Amino acid sequence: MEKPLTQHIVPGRAPLSLKEYEKVGGYQSVRKILKEMAPADVQNLVKASDLRGRGGAGFNTGLKWSFVPMGPEVAKPKYLVANADEMEPGTFKDRVLLEGNPHQLIEGMIVAAYAIDASISYIFMRWAYKVAAREIIKALDEAYEAGYLGENILGSGFNLDMHLHTGVGRYMCGEETALLNALEGKRANPRAKPPFPQVSGLFGKPTIVNNVETLCCLPHIINNGAEWFKGLSKTGDAGTKLYGISGRVKTPGCWELPMGTTIRELIEEHGGGMQDGYLFKGLLPGGASTDFLVEEHLDLPMDYTAIQAAGSRMGTGTMIILDDQTCPVGFVHNLQHFFAQESCGFCTPCREGLPWVEKILLAIDRGEGKPEHLLTLDFHTKYLGPGNTFCALAPGAMEPLQSALKYFREDFERHIHEQHCPWSKAKVWQPSI
Amino acid sequence: MATIYIDDKPYEVPTGKNLLEACLTLGKDLPYFCWHPAMGSIGACRQCAVKVYKDENDTKGKLFMSCMEQVRDGMRISIADMEAKEFRAHIIGWLMTNHPHDCAVCDEGGSCHLQDMTVMTGHNYRAYRFDKRTYVNQYLGPFINHEMNRCIQCYRCVRYYKDYAGGKDLDVFAAHNHLYFGRHEDGVLESEFSGNLVEVCPTGVFTDKTLKQHYTRKWDLTMAPSVCHHCSLGCNISAGERYGTLRNITNRYNGEVNGYFLCDRGRFGYEHVNHVGRIRKPLVRAKLPEATDKLTALQAAAAAFRTGSVIGIGSPRASLESNFMLKTLVGDDNFHHGVSDTEHDLVCLALKILKEGAARTPSLREVEQADAVFILGEDLTNTAPMLALAVRQSVRKQPSLEHISKANIPVWQDAAVRELMQDEMGPLFIATIHNTKLDEIATHTYNDSPDAIARLGFAVANFIHADFPEVTGLNENEIQLARQIADALMAAKKPLVISGTHCGSERVLMATANITNALVAKEKEAGIVLTLPECNSMGFAMLGGHRLESAFEAILNDYADTVIILENDLYRRANAGMVTNFLKTCKNVIVLDHLHNATTEEASILLASGTFAESDGTLINNEGRAQRFFQVYPTGDDLQESWRWLGELGTILAHDRISHWHGFDDVLQAMVKEMPEFKGVDAVAPGTDFRIAGQKIPRAPHRFSGRTAMLANINVNEPKPPVDPDAPLSYTMEGYRGQPPSSIIPFFWAPGWNSVQATNKYQQEVGGHLKGGDPGLRLIKPDTSHTTPYTQTVPQKFQPLEGHLYMLPLHHIFGSEELSMYSPPIVERAPEPYVLLNEADAIQMKLQVGQSLSFTIEGQVYQLPVKISTLIRSGTAGMPAGLPGIPYAELPAWATLNRELKWKQQPQTTY
Repeated sequence: MEKPLTQHIVPGRAPLSLKEYEKVGGYQSVRKILKEMAPADVQNLVKASDLRGRGGAGFNTGLKWSFVPMGPEVAKPKYLVANADEMEPGTFKDRVLLEGNPHQLIEGMIVAAYAIDASISYIFMRWAYKVAAREIIKALDEAYEAGYLGENILGSGFNLDMHLHTGVGRYMCGEETALLNALEGKRANPRAKPPFPQVSGLFGKPTIVNNVETLCCLPHIINNGAEWFKGLSKTGDAGTKLYGISGRVKTPGCWELPMGTTIRELIEEHGGGMQDGYLFKGLLPGGASTDFLVEEHLDLPMDYTAIQAAGSRMGTGTMIILDDQTCPVGFVHNLQHFFAQESCGFCTPCREGLPWVEKILLAIDRGEGKPEHLLTLDFHTKYLGPGNTFCALAPGAMEPLQSALKYFREDFERHIHEQHCPWSKAKVWQPSI
Repeated sequence: MATIYIDDKPYEVPTGKNLLEACLTLGKDLPYFCWHPAMGSIGACRQCAVKVYKDENDTKGKLFMSCMEQVRDGMRISIADMEAKEFRAHIIGWLMTNHPHDCAVCDEGGSCHLQDMTVMTGHNYRAYRFDKRTYVNQYLGPFINHEMNRCIQCYRCVRYYKDYAGGKDLDVFAAHNHLYFGRHEDGVLESEFSGNLVEVCPTGVFTDKTLKQHYTRKWDLTMAPSVCHHCSLGCNISAGERYGTLRNITNRYNGEVNGYFLCDRGRFGYEHVNHVGRIRKPLVRAKLPEATDKLTALQAAAAAFRTGSVIGIGSPRASLESNFMLKTLVGDDNFHHGVSDTEHDLVCLALKILKEGAARTPSLREVEQADAVFILGEDLTNTAPMLALAVRQSVRKQPSLEHISKANIPVWQDAAVRELMQDEMGPLFIATIHNTKLDEIATHTYNDSPDAIARLGFAVANFIHADFPEVTGLNENEIQLARQIADALMAAKKPLVISGTHCGSERVLMATANITNALVAKEKEAGIVLTLPECNSMGFAMLGGHRLESAFEAILNDYADTVIILENDLYRRANAGMVTNFLKTCKNVIVLDHLHNATTEEASILLASGTFAESDGTLINNEGRAQRFFQVYPTGDDLQESWRWLGELGTILAHDRISHWHGFDDVLQAMVKEMPEFKGVDAVAPGTDFRIAGQKIPRAPHRFSGRTAMLANINVNEPKPPVDPDAPLSYTMEGYRGQPPSSIIPFFWAPGWNSVQATNKYQQEVGGHLKGGDPGLRLIKPDTSHTTPYTQTVPQKFQPLEGHLYMLPLHHIFGSEELSMYSPPIVERAPEPYVLLNEADAIQMKLQVGQSLSFTIEGQVYQLPVKISTLIRSGTAGMPAGLPGIPYAELPAWATLNRELKWKQQPQTTY
């Protein structure tokens, strides 16, 4: 089984230095594109490889690039931004790549920047990833030293500067337009689309924002071709995927596996099954902003298409397991607390709706719920949908709630009828707001 | 034009607009908060959601925010769709979760956009049962009250204050449901346009603090269309009164002039009307008690007229009718301009340039469309504030148009347009005597003496067109700058040159005329804006009259012995010694004014005239636009309009013409007949006998308690409502309830729209012109055949004079204007007296900041604390113009330094 992205990552060992990375074939893709390929060729190759954005939306990367205006006439500079602001609850896949092999990301970013003719690139990184930041800075220095970055890279005439920017910890910054605002030093509010960042992005210039994992796939696609990349997968969606599991399984962790590995295989083989004494109740397949899947979905392959068909989203591919000993209301309340707190406050439904939802869930969890609370939750799940709110944060927040209300409704009702949380032994956890 | 289907009915709408604008223009009631016609869309509040269908077969549709959707031909939408309605009601529900529901004690109540929208969406019962979040409010200065708990986070305030008006000290802080809109700490809001927050805010977060001092709900106000009297731009205002005091000033939309906004001087400078220093009864000094009744005063005045030979002194802050009446009464030869001779000459020159020059004066709306601007000698923020705000919009024009068309972004999508443009600004060049607030958005600034500014202007004209006189002796930088300015103006489609009378230099005005003539000669659609000293300076100049100096001479040479002074404090017009001498020499001094001042002290007969709120009249603004203002509330017999006093005086004197005039309309007709310049002024607003369906237009809004209850606390017997003999407006709520003609809109109101947002209903298209055309009539037309140089004479370089400083006037939005300085909140914002010195000069004179400098101008001794700047030209100095507490000097003038006086204790004449 091929694991192109994580092949050089060994837990507990420092990442490869530039020398070591070059020795195992690093930066070959950069040499190849600068020598043999035009930007349009790179775009076409990536489009053909069917690489879909690994940040959660799953949009075809090559297609995304193709919206960037090209040619000598267009506004300069163009920007490439690596979205390393991994703040989705339960998600830790980019961290593995950032800490484990920073040169792979840099190489991927050079490829992407070349494909869209960008001359300035940023890595927008979550503030808490201190180790990753240290490794990235080291790797950037090495890459500049070796001439992979800077002016006239490898004598090709292509210029690229790369900077590391660490955020201050807002979930909102994972949304590409809010990320761009934050990078400009503005409030991390999202922007309306259109205009898309490809046309008017960072500082009003054409910009591409790609996820770290997406970027890390690029050198391998360049080196091995589109067909090879498609062949890595078990299903229709191409490539390998970094999957992760958190929750009460025996061995939680993160693994690179072929796209389309089934959920059951992930939990049973890689996660080691549920911990003794705990039963599986449900899971969030790709972070906190995806719908719950339950027992009946366990044999689904984890890819964009199949999970979407089941009514959820693969998101980041890092699942959170809900067990039978955890109160689903408290679980969802915890998520909603996070989303309410991370709302940027720009649009009304999200700013005012999420705290209301959170307060209702807290009331239900405390045994103070009222039957009409469920109606309020229902209309929130209905009206905080995509398009009704300004960005995808509130719709994302509603996904676990609406599916929890669907699959675990009797648990909610029991809370309200009994005026008590059936799971509670101790005092209810109180958020600090 | 495009056809869109709203609830299956086809409508023709213009393209390039968003759906919300289209729906509002069609008269649909679609609620909104974050969108503002002057500021575009950002899509934050989600209130204006409508259903949009893919095609006629699509029955499900999808919710879209109408403010974020471009109108497309064949588009199908539904406003009445149940899901859309329910969503809009939920938006109000969400906004209301934290709103304090304190309408009963909120200043906004009754004119609140949030109330209107809540009713419109049908949201009734609160479902939210948890605690509300609360905030600590801030002190924001004397104008604005802050109550953050009411905030519905529509972002309009910061978008207006920061993005539109260029303010820096209001922002949004924190996140999620704890957003805070305010300053980083308590303090006075710095912007000169902060008052607009009151109208921009859809609810009661920012409210008018001056109104709070004498609060009244909108529905209890008596309002009349009026025109701001505090600068020469003539912004349209609505003035509101109750129980004989003026309560507030609100914006009266005029698509060509002020649009949606006012400056703080205009909005908060109205307290002179309520001032304790008001003259409320006529006075005859020779009789005791001095305060007397109307008839006695008129007879005393008539006696003075009969026995003496009379000259009249008019005023640029009095209406055209009052000045015309005075001119008629005393005769053309005896009518003098009550302004300094410098000002008289400058304003006459400005008028001449506008009439004889080739370029046209754009309205403020057109100024916003200019794509290259050159300002000579004017600190616009302080001398014509709303023009500064318009220039701020214009500099965005040129780059934005270029970018948006390339990126295919609609103009109304504000956030996207600003993102795309970043800090890019169109060409703006400012040449002034000292720094201005607009400098921050200027391409290039130039600070020097007025002569140097004029020379730069002449050089620009020369570079534009070689036939225009050349300037010799410029340094390399100046030549380069002049060339840069000339190139920028030539590259523009609508270049604009702005100047005015405030730096006191005729040469600057002539240079401006040369530039615009040169541009027109090069077939550019050039604009010229000249700002003038006061609200009716233009009308005054058009009316014609002699200089003040000749009035002084007439009295001192015994040509005349009686003077009649109209609404004018001569101590603000000429040297104090000269004025005292003049007034003491007169046998009789008849003064008409509304406030006690140094001149009224010397009056032997004082007639109590009405302020703008108590008068009808016409003003002509700096672009030559005649605009009517109406009496807001009736006054008793002893206090009346100046023109009425003069008319009655003329009748007693059996004046051959005046005795035939029986009201405002007659005066207006006579003026138009006698002076062809004013042709059409009588048609600016409908005449006194104008009626719709036999009814007058009510000054008071509809009120369910009715007018009968208004005075019930004083007397339950219903008094007969006063009748306005001069205007087609009634003083009560009775009258025609529909939309009146645009020039007599007392207030904006439409069913369901109680706030100022009702303006939408009065416009041809949202944000555009008022239905029936914007009020006002332009009287001045340029002479486009004049494409030759206005003058060939280029001034010499400025030469400093040993032992002297060339004292220049520095204007302050709060402080330099006479009437607004009777308003306590304006006084609070006014500067202390000072003299501004060049740094090198100060070092040479061994002066430090705060030490006082003593100097003499025409015998008047000044001692003022020093301020130091590197920008003011060495050899020149500046002092605040018109600031109370500094004796008048006709600036610019040479000040002689009094070295020996510096350490001496001075008697009262010093400051």
